[in-house]
Amino acid sequence: MNASSPACRQNGSCLHPLQWLRASQSAALLAGVLLLLLGAAMPAEAAKIGELTETDVFEQAIRFFSMKDPTARYALSGAVLLGISCGLLGSFIVVRRMALLGDALSHAVLPGVAMGWLWHQTKDPVAIFVGATIFGLLGTFVVSLIKQTTKLKEDAALGMVLAGFYAVGICLVTMIQRLPQGNKAGVDKFLFGQASAMGPDDIKLMAVVTLIAVVVLFLFYKEFLAISFDQAFAHVSGFPTRLLHYSMMLLLAFSVVIALQAVGVVLVSAMLITPAAAAYLLTDRLHRMLWLATLFGMVSGALGAFISFLQTSLPTGPFMVLAASLVFGCAFLFAPRHGVVVRWVRRRSRARRVQRENTLKAIYHVLEDRDFFGEGVSLNELAERRRETVEDASQLATRLVRHGLATLHEDGDLILLTPEGMQRASAIVRNHRLWELYLTNAASIAADHVHEDAEKIEHVLGEETVRKLERRLAFATRDPHGRAIPSTADIQKISKGGSSPEEVTGYGRRP
Amino acid sequence: MPVEIHDLTVAYHRKPVLWGIDLVVPKGRLVGIVGPNGAGKSTLIKAMMGLLPLSSGWVKLFGEHSRRNLKRVGYVPQRESVDWDFPVNVMDVVLMGRYGHLGMMRRPTRKDRDIARESLDKVKMLPYANRQISNLSGGQQQRVFLARALAQESDLYFMDEPFSGVDAATEAAIVTLLHELRDRGKTLLVVHHDLPTARNYFDMLLLLNMRVVAFGPTSEVFTQELLQRTYGGRLTILSEVAEAVRTRT
Repeated sequence: MNASSPACRQNGSCLHPLQWLRASQSAALLAGVLLLLLGAAMPAEAAKIGELTETDVFEQAIRFFSMKDPTARYALSGAVLLGISCGLLGSFIVVRRMALLGDALSHAVLPGVAMGWLWHQTKDPVAIFVGATIFGLLGTFVVSLIKQTTKLKEDAALGMVLAGFYAVGICLVTMIQRLPQGNKAGVDKFLFGQASAMGPDDIKLMAVVTLIAVVVLFLFYKEFLAISFDQAFAHVSGFPTRLLHYSMMLLLAFSVVIALQAVGVVLVSAMLITPAAAAYLLTDRLHRMLWLATLFGMVSGALGAFISFLQTSLPTGPFMVLAASLVFGCAFLFAPRHGVVVRWVRRRSRARRVQRENTLKAIYHVLEDRDFFGEGVSLNELAERRRETVEDASQLATRLVRHGLATLHEDGDLILLTPEGMQRASAIVRNHRLWELYLTNAASIAADHVHEDAEKIEHVLGEETVRKLERRLAFATRDPHGRAIPSTADIQKISKGGSSPEEVTGYGRRP
Repeated sequence: MPVEIHDLTVAYHRKPVLWGIDLVVPKGRLVGIVGPNGAGKSTLIKAMMGLLPLSSGWVKLFGEHSRRNLKRVGYVPQRESVDWDFPVNVMDVVLMGRYGHLGMMRRPTRKDRDIARESLDKVKMLPYANRQISNLSGGQQQRVFLARALAQESDLYFMDEPFSGVDAATEAAIVTLLHELRDRGKTLLVVHHDLPTARNYFDMLLLLNMRVVAFGPTSEVFTQELLQRTYGGRLTILSEVAEAVRTRT
């Protein structure tokens, strides 16, 4: 059942090598597409914002990502750190359907930021961190207070708290900017974020907080998984569910607060939700989702910081969020199982296959009507059989040729099936007739009611099911309408190179 | 005694839902909890596990305060109580049944995985172990929850409508499983909403409508008169008073 290595069986959060490959493949694909898109968008973007040429962007990229420049170093490491913590905590709030709480919390911290500023009259990371965390938790507390004591539901409570706290914060920030004394430069940066405004103290704080989040989530992964999936069951398992929930809220507040400087109050919730939402589309397991969300958070953070690095006055937050949205867009379109494009391609290829199989079936019917005598099937015969124009039939025939199922002769007018084509044609006819027989015999449905159903079922029956049907029907040779059912044994004979075409008539020339 | 309840009252938003419940369930019985909608059936089992605050009274499991013996309790919640799009597979869910034995911070071992696999096998879901839970039918989801409860290896089971939304084959399989557990000395309390089958499934019945109407062996309790008292309008005075309590306090 579980083919993973013995070491993997010890802990629950280990990937099967193949699954890893699949997950990492999709992630690599995404990253590739993203870089391509960005590469295409970048020169135009840069030309618009500053008069930067393409080489400038390239040079800037080297300068930025080589981290020689201290500003770039702080901005990049800050962006990566916030990507990690936001990706991890964001995953939990997305699967717990608490995304709006993240939004409310991130707006509620603004008064705390301002108060932390007022405390020292300058930008002290720790004072701001403490102030912001207190107000973030106060905001979530007010939400649950409103929810518990009134008949208002959570959405209304969240909306009110979000706007109310944010309004207080804006007032305070405006007030600070009008203060005559003190170094007030940069308090407005908390609104939209400025990665280049971060200094070594900020980075140290971010690193400590991110480390705490990573360690706590690693140690208590099982417990957090349990309360996220089924809180009541976690309680019965003896876990302190309330304590776990509040610790998670505290970590959430932490990751919002450390992201503030780079992303800004207004958009920080997007860095929580968007990378996690993209990861959610790509995988069905929580631990893999955590990895992917972290990766996406880091990539979006770094890209956003880089773009804002191109020109000093550019805010970082919007670009990070745009990068994250781009990642989400790729996941939405190209996710291996649920992606829109992938689903479309899959549906189209299925439709094409059904069409080919129906063409093969029509050719088989033509051949069958003359007891498999004669040299293949002409386009006219196929068109007549399918009640289509010769042009349509010609197109269908070309598609068969492209898949190696038939060859065209006499200026494309004569279709001869290849052995594989004949095999597939017989298999489809067999499926159709077996299913008709099954419906009439085993399910007692009238013989004139079964054709429509079989038209669909013939394309989806697997080999296994066909064998079962054959056994169940005692290898019957005639369908309810009296026509012959090609047997699996006969069909297999076609592919064997040993037998000459004459033995298994239909696709070859007969004298 | 697996379950002892004395004078238990539970209120939602100050409106009493359960009122003065006394109950003693002997060991090794399969007990059905039946009653009309809003009778407090789910509330009762949640209160027994300490998931809800009690307005008055106490609950003892195996002679001790319920919190101390939670590890001996297995739980099958209502199927709708969780998000089936949650990113976990069947095995992950069943392994959660082992979490209580593992305690905090410890990861499931190979032994836990073996137990989880055996539990899945008992409900015939082993072939689905790696399937994502959203790709399961209602009956299969219920089986997964049962497997998780089996993996808990408990002495006392609380099950909230394990038959809701399952097909006849699954229902029969679950009943067999419940009887098997009972025969192994486990005590089971099962919320059930279908009266005709309740008679055949359970050893004892608890007829509940805000308070205990009757509790005893199925043959003694399943009478026209008692059922009418449970489902009929006899309790209107009680619910009127409950409403008064809510509005005046």
